[in-house]
Amino acid sequence: MNHRIKSIIPQLLTLLFVVAVIGFFTINAQLNMDERGIDFGYGFLSQESSFDVQFSLIEYDGSHSYAKAYLVGLLNTILVSVLGIIFCTIIGVIVGIARLSPNYLIRNTAAWYVEFFRNVPLLLQIFFWYYAALRALPLPENTEALFGVTYLTVKGYYIPRLIWENFDILVYSILAAVISIIFIRNYARKLQEEKGQQLPVLLISVGLLFIFPAITFVTGMVQLEVALPVLKQLSKTSFIYAEGLSVPPELLALVLALSLYTATFVAECVRAGVQGVSKGQKEAAASIGLTPNQILKLVIMPQALRIIIPPTTNQYLNLTKNSSLAAAIAYPDLVLIFAGTALMQTGRAIEIVSITMLTYLTLSLAISLLMNWYNKKIAIKEK
Amino acid sequence: MKNINILKPTNANFQTYLYIGSGFILIGIFDVFLRSFFNLNFSTFLPDILNFFLPLIIGLIGFQMIRLEYSGNRLVDKINQSVNNNTFNAGLTLVIIFLTLLVIPPALNWMIFEATISGNTKEACAATEGACWTYIKVWFRRFMYGMYPNDFHWRINTAFIFLIGFAFVGYFMRGKLKNYITFYYAILYPIIAFIIINFLISGGSFGLEWVETNAWGGLSLTFIVSFFGLIFCFPLGMILALGRRSELPVIRYISIGYIEFWRGVPLITVLFMSSVMFPMFLPSDAFVDKLIRVIAAIILFEAAYVAEVIRGGLQALPRGQYDAAKSLGMGYWKMQIFVILPQALKLVIPGIANTFLALVKDTPLIFVVGLSEVVGMLQMAKTNPKWLGYAMEGYIFASILFWIICYAMSKYSQYLELKYKTER
Repeated sequence: MNHRIKSIIPQLLTLLFVVAVIGFFTINAQLNMDERGIDFGYGFLSQESSFDVQFSLIEYDGSHSYAKAYLVGLLNTILVSVLGIIFCTIIGVIVGIARLSPNYLIRNTAAWYVEFFRNVPLLLQIFFWYYAALRALPLPENTEALFGVTYLTVKGYYIPRLIWENFDILVYSILAAVISIIFIRNYARKLQEEKGQQLPVLLISVGLLFIFPAITFVTGMVQLEVALPVLKQLSKTSFIYAEGLSVPPELLALVLALSLYTATFVAECVRAGVQGVSKGQKEAAASIGLTPNQILKLVIMPQALRIIIPPTTNQYLNLTKNSSLAAAIAYPDLVLIFAGTALMQTGRAIEIVSITMLTYLTLSLAISLLMNWYNKKIAIKEK
Repeated sequence: MKNINILKPTNANFQTYLYIGSGFILIGIFDVFLRSFFNLNFSTFLPDILNFFLPLIIGLIGFQMIRLEYSGNRLVDKINQSVNNNTFNAGLTLVIIFLTLLVIPPALNWMIFEATISGNTKEACAATEGACWTYIKVWFRRFMYGMYPNDFHWRINTAFIFLIGFAFVGYFMRGKLKNYITFYYAILYPIIAFIIINFLISGGSFGLEWVETNAWGGLSLTFIVSFFGLIFCFPLGMILALGRRSELPVIRYISIGYIEFWRGVPLITVLFMSSVMFPMFLPSDAFVDKLIRVIAAIILFEAAYVAEVIRGGLQALPRGQYDAAKSLGMGYWKMQIFVILPQALKLVIPGIANTFLALVKDTPLIFVVGLSEVVGMLQMAKTNPKWLGYAMEGYIFASILFWIICYAMSKYSQYLELKYKTER
């Protein structure tokens, strides 16, 4: 009895404290809103937003609703995060491996990169790229082509636009290729377990991935046209590149800063992971006659990934959350469009801030669920 | 077959190969040096692509010629082992050397040789192509103290001297006083710090003029925000970590909910909340200063991260420690304070240091509520019509500033880690 009371009292006190705090805030919010004559509700989402957005992945203008504006912001946030995650992984893996290189110069260059970029605030880096580095680029009319068909200018990066005909058929063909690859892999594993024969799975997979879409092109079901950027005069002194796809400088600066910053942390995770695999594993693998490639693929990487993935997930989450700094350079992400412009226009602080926070919570939880699932898949199967 | 091995040295002819090889490497490096420093290029008669890669090719041949398993020459062996163990590595080595040669001269020119620091106006910089450090010199006080009135800067300086002084009191505590060292740092020091900042920097009494927090800014504001953030988020995080490990379900779930919520949202939305949403949650006559709201938001936010780091340390301790403490008849708090936490905290020093670094690096975000520390002041100076066009200098200055602060912090944490390392 004594023990039960001892455990109930602190719980009760904590609960009371939390309820009291929440209650205090709710009552105050109620009073304040009554006083200012505003009501609580999410009805404003369907009203006309009447503001324009510079960069949007879907069709949007001022006549659409706030809900649509929210969607525009969310998609822009996801775009930055996905691009950032892709690039930070590529840079991070290269730098992480470079830090383990036997080459003195490479090792130290990588170490300096990591030490410098992770000790400078991300916001400062974003400002640097946006206000200092990208502003030094030439105007569209003075730009030389990069890779022949793309133009890096102060007004943004212009790349060719791909115009697909029957794009869905191509997607189906790739899906078909992936499914058949899964079947072949299973068959190959079975074959090896039963008869000890090996199939060149990698070769077949690459071949299928190439052949299936190629068939759709050859038969003419899918057609691809490329619209190259063309210099166009808007007024006497103002030029842009039309026809192609334009990547705004805000997006460029943001992706550059986010991926260079997060890559330093990813690099440290990769380094820790590869170092975490004991030397004996490598030697044991070599002594049973595996080739260096097989050692890396079958012995080192599976074990290193187990160490690398959990902290890297955290870095991906951080990148997604840090993408909200977009608001500082006016890239129209969720925070700028919704918690900035929409909040300013409607004045509904509680509703809008709560929706924004919930969105980020959902994004974070989604990424961590995905990575947890992957982590579980590659974890050691305990008997 | 002999022709293929013409570039491969043997121990017999190594001396010759060494001289020729080093000669090739030096010619390659010298070529890039000439191209970069003096804009001279002697191989323009070659096709463009060959001309461009010529130093690399010459250098690679040179490295190929001196690569030998064991040569007897210590320096050559060292080079072969560290930067020249295969063709790929030799190529990367050369690329790095060449890039350094190509980047360093213009960078040095811009930063030092053609830079200006004289004068007090923009005109002083008009003549040169290089960096305009005059801009930093003129704005230096703003970058350090924000819009705080010039005549009162001594108040900020004195306050920081006092704060540092009180921080070192712990070193002089000897004998019986030493038992109170934790109490001093956990409870007394924050109070003293608050009083000093309130009376000296904020003013309003003792004949000191009142300076409202809107005028605070620059590096001193960075220090104030991170200072209070650091000293308060640590105890809160510790309590949350213990709460998450607690056996009492209500406390555990409340802690989990708190931690997961704050870790799931970006700091910028938390600051938005503190500035636009929080006033709605207070009685209409209550007023909390913007700076205090911001610091509170940062503390609540970072505490969740600190909690997760400390939880890692708690989980890493073997169960035996808990059992041993309990078998000595220790209660929950006694066990945590005297047995578990000291060991757990020792384990998580690097993690805590990383969280603190993140906190310092996050302080520029307070721009969203209209407070401007160093980065905010940079943005303000950059748009000043008298000083347009010197954004780069400002960003480089601030980067170096933050880099020094963060690098010093991480080195100090490594020192602490070594100091408290106990063999287990």
